[in-house]
Amino acid sequence: MFLAILRRDLLLSIRGGGGMFQSLIFFALAILTFSLALGPDLALLAKVAAPILWAAAMLSTLLSLDRIFQADAEDGSLDIDWQATDLPVLLVAAKAVSHWLTTGLPLIAATPVLALLLNLPAEGLVPLLLSLACGTPALSLIGTFAAAVTLPLRRANILMSVLTAPLFTPVLIFGVSAAESGGHDGSRFLSSILFLSAFSLLSMVSLPFASVWAIKSNLD
Amino acid sequence: MTSVVPPAPSRSNSIYQMANPERFDRLAQGVIPWIGGIAALLAVTGLYLGLFVSPEDYQQGATVRIMYVHVPAAWMALFCYTTMTISSVAGFVWKHPLADVAAKVTAPIGATFTLLALITGSLWGKPMWGTWWAWDARLTSVLVLFFMYLGYIALWQAIDDKARAARLGAIVCVAGFVNIPIIKFSVDWWNSLHQPASVIRADGPSMPGSMLTPLLVMGLAYSALYVWLLLIAMRGEIADRRLERLTKDEPGNAKVSGLRKL
Repeated sequence: MFLAILRRDLLLSIRGGGGMFQSLIFFALAILTFSLALGPDLALLAKVAAPILWAAAMLSTLLSLDRIFQADAEDGSLDIDWQATDLPVLLVAAKAVSHWLTTGLPLIAATPVLALLLNLPAEGLVPLLLSLACGTPALSLIGTFAAAVTLPLRRANILMSVLTAPLFTPVLIFGVSAAESGGHDGSRFLSSILFLSAFSLLSMVSLPFASVWAIKSNLD
Repeated sequence: MTSVVPPAPSRSNSIYQMANPERFDRLAQGVIPWIGGIAALLAVTGLYLGLFVSPEDYQQGATVRIMYVHVPAAWMALFCYTTMTISSVAGFVWKHPLADVAAKVTAPIGATFTLLALITGSLWGKPMWGTWWAWDARLTSVLVLFFMYLGYIALWQAIDDKARAARLGAIVCVAGFVNIPIIKFSVDWWNSLHQPASVIRADGPSMPGSMLTPLLVMGLAYSALYVWLLLIAMRGEIADRRLERLTKDEPGNAKVSGLRKL
């Protein structure tokens, strides 16, 4: 069940219309916007590159949330899957994992190129990638939860952002902290990464269940 | 939660008695003026003590008196969210119909207290720190709290079915409650990296009784105000649901039976 849904969602996002590329394009556009707004000052860009990349990653995650359940709910496959499964939490987990694979992972893959555009110092790249790798799973899980809560609502983007923003806050803070401190402040880097991972793991064990409750309330 | 839980007549003092909205309504109607009076009396006493009797701070001068409206508002901001969470859990677990109502109507009140805390804090910050706003850990976490209130309110407004809105709201509320300490911790951390925490000392100088008394009186006044507003808002919400029920019913004698339901 888990793998079947995962496989289906991955195929859908790669072959059908490319939800995957939408969030990548948005990610690149957000970074372009920031750079244009800040001006061509390379020294300034190098300083703010990591925070900009993190903020852009958060924004493009936010933008992609409505496709987690929306299409499935519209064509009825969510109802069918929901009745077919004994363990609804696995269904939700599959949704979250496929969201991460189609949003978080491409963002991480694109980061080296975009970091180059933002003049990120070379030694800052690995810490940035690590922080994104540890933090984006939490973003996907939080997003899945918010998507589950707002399941029956159309155009719930604003509501979704208000619901997710408080939960995203710690991820953003520790993500940026880890990315900025990597390379020159080992202990701060380590503690930020550890906290980020702890938050992701906590989300992993709690939010899928909360999402199941939310979907159950919504499908009744 | 529109179904009425049958009251348990044998347990005359159980909380299930309050599950009957009409009984709650009658009781609230009697209590509301008293609580309003207590709130007004406490507020007048507290303000008099705070504005005229209490001494000026040797450093802050008269601006220290902003504290008497600011600090209780911040207390209530947290207290209301806690109340909301407890009511949400009670509504979720025991399906107590009034718990959902309490959680729902607490949100705007709590958001107002939070906004009040932010505004009075900002007014206090200008003469003290020379700036309206600092990205201090406390200010930031209160701001995030404000957005959590807004999210909860927006969720209730977006969902038409009240029972469903109550359940989803409860889930969101509890998730937010778990998140509050994490946010507090993370912004503490974030702030301590970017600027030294010199603007607010976490443990201020121990307060003399002449200042503590008005502060506590004001705290009680705010609490009474909250209870007063809560009861009024709950009555309003109950009446609202009853009205909705009535207008949804078929015309004719169904209207009469609709009156008996919540």
